[in-house]
Amino acid sequence: MSATIIRNGRVIDPANKRDEVADLLIVDGNVAPLSQLSTLDSQPDEIDANDLIVCPGLIDIHVHLREPGFGHKETIESGARAAAAGGFTTIVCMPNTSPAADNSSTIAWIKNRAAGACVNVLPTGAISKDLAGEELAPIGSLAQAGVVAITDDGHCVQNHELMRRAVEYARMVGVPVLDHCQDYNLAGSGVVNEGYWSTLLGLPGWPAAGEEVIVMRNILLAELCDNHIHCQHVTTAGSVRLLRQARARGVKISGEVCPHHIALTDEAIQSFDTNYKMNPPLRAQADVDALLEGISDGTLSILVSDHAPHADFEKEVEFDAAPFGIIGLETELGLFLDLLLHKHAKIDIVRLIEMYTIEPARLLKIDAGTLSIGGPADMTLIGPDLEWTVKVDKFESASRNSPFDGRKLKGRAVRTIVGGKTVWRV
Amino acid sequence: MTTRWTRKDLLGLRELSADEINFVLETADAFKQVGAREIKKVPALRGKTLVNFFVEPSTRTRTSFELAAFRLSADVINISASISSLTKGETLKDTARNLEALHADILVLRHSSAGAPQFLAQRLKASVINAGDGAHEHPTQALLDLYTIREKRGKIAGLHVAIIGDILFSRVARSNIFGLVKLGARVTLVGPSTLVPREFEKLGVEVSYKIDNVLPHADVVNLLRIQHERQRKEYFPGTGEYTRFFGLTKQRAKLLKPDCLIMHPGPINRGVEIDSNVADGLQSVILDQVTNGLAVRMAVLFLCGGIAT
Repeated sequence: MSATIIRNGRVIDPANKRDEVADLLIVDGNVAPLSQLSTLDSQPDEIDANDLIVCPGLIDIHVHLREPGFGHKETIESGARAAAAGGFTTIVCMPNTSPAADNSSTIAWIKNRAAGACVNVLPTGAISKDLAGEELAPIGSLAQAGVVAITDDGHCVQNHELMRRAVEYARMVGVPVLDHCQDYNLAGSGVVNEGYWSTLLGLPGWPAAGEEVIVMRNILLAELCDNHIHCQHVTTAGSVRLLRQARARGVKISGEVCPHHIALTDEAIQSFDTNYKMNPPLRAQADVDALLEGISDGTLSILVSDHAPHADFEKEVEFDAAPFGIIGLETELGLFLDLLLHKHAKIDIVRLIEMYTIEPARLLKIDAGTLSIGGPADMTLIGPDLEWTVKVDKFESASRNSPFDGRKLKGRAVRTIVGGKTVWRV
Repeated sequence: MTTRWTRKDLLGLRELSADEINFVLETADAFKQVGAREIKKVPALRGKTLVNFFVEPSTRTRTSFELAAFRLSADVINISASISSLTKGETLKDTARNLEALHADILVLRHSSAGAPQFLAQRLKASVINAGDGAHEHPTQALLDLYTIREKRGKIAGLHVAIIGDILFSRVARSNIFGLVKLGARVTLVGPSTLVPREFEKLGVEVSYKIDNVLPHADVVNLLRIQHERQRKEYFPGTGEYTRFFGLTKQRAKLLKPDCLIMHPGPINRGVEIDSNVADGLQSVILDQVTNGLAVRMAVLFLCGGIAT
């Protein structure tokens, strides 16, 4: 029997409506009642959580772990370490690997690798074969193989009929649908937001309407098929407005937001630094303001990183030629705490923890994100006011493509516990 | 003139002050006189190596830079995309670092990606001169346009310049806008609404879709070619309709003030954006632009090449 007691932390457990300073007992990897303390055969290990928040292990439902196929960017093992260092105990990996995660053998391979990772890694499967948007992937077999959702992330099914059938079929097998919202014709060869800065710099623009058209499509299909669709990395004021209206009508639609889309605007691209190139692109200030409002009023209910590792030699090229995406697991909690709690005061810490725990757990119907007695002791200790400086060269991720190196932030995770075991501490 | 030149690179006109632009133009005055001499060569860059690195095809700009370098006594190497290692999978950074390892002093870069000159300038000790990057900037073209306007009209401030054509995909338009606005000209952009988005108004210029309303008031018209190579799809219904709405036809040219200058960065598509007779007419300064380009590029190479040492 092994036991640990976490002393004097502010325990925030939204699933159980808890917010109090208390001790928390872990016995044999599970959350245990304090009454069990007297029955222990030895003294438990102690963790002092004075001035810290103790909450259910955070969940990030949008990361790219690059395996199989792109181990030079990230591995499941290194990505999991980055997650732990960011305060995450469960991460959901996207299917745009090589081969694509569009078949049960690839899912089995990922799960096998994930078994050795230091946090829980849950795979998603593709909506369409090879993410090509032409034929349905074997969604039923993927569900049986254990995917927690289907998505063509990085791509977007353009054929609305195919998407409709995917959403209908997914309802039957009980897997949620996540969608990267991008109309290929409108977005075209765009590499940055279409607006003032694309006009000034002569970079091909990808207009907000290129996202909003697909958000609208998803709202209509969610109604038609009576199944939930979750819009990934929402970036525009128009998308927030559409989602807000649809959710008010009771449509089964939701949206998530990445830290870089509220931390930065497209003004940053004037440096031509490819660490400001991501898909969807950085948008204008009015969009940032709308995202903040969407977070504040609950329209956007989930926080994610869209952790997208790329090797330095891949990113250090001409802006047009560089791959989209930045890493985010080790900066996202710090950025969201800094921006949402401290700088803009848009939500409180309880809501922020909900957006990282019960909201994603509910969407994906996974047993995580709570501190319920008897459940796995996955938890994150957070210092909400700790000031620190981002140092990319200290990251656990195998890649370094972050625009936030050197940024001073307020708030971070200080310890990450998975199944009762500390997998990372500051 | 108290301005001194402190830049090793010329990346665009957006980053230059009005004083710096004027300084380049005045330096070009001196080099223009060199071009009129019997011996058209000065030793200003003797012993320096200039690499014309053209990752996108070009004839006139490359030739102009090459000749400018010869006249400054620099050694010149030309590298084009078809023979460069980029086609073998080498990155731009590695190719440029190899050129630097060969002690190239000045790199003149033409590239299809906006920002490529910035990318190299941040990584190389050599001078980087932007000879056109994507739809971003073409600073020496704009400088030679400014030089030509100043030469022909004696000033730039207060003049009304109409830039007509494909603005969205034009690096010449952007550099001209930055330079003209800084020097106090009034600028009107004219062209199809798909190629002249209203967003440009935020750069301090006017936008018009009615060429006949603009021509009578212009002191300079700068006509741009339709950049078919940069357009991935139809932005307007065809060249016939383009000429009908925006071409400088013989008929339309009659609307111009008698002293209005007609400019074009070339290459000209006769019969599309400009009537053949108008291109060759008395108001046309298209060939003066080419001649002045040489003096302006000598000035730029001289100034930046001097800093790099």
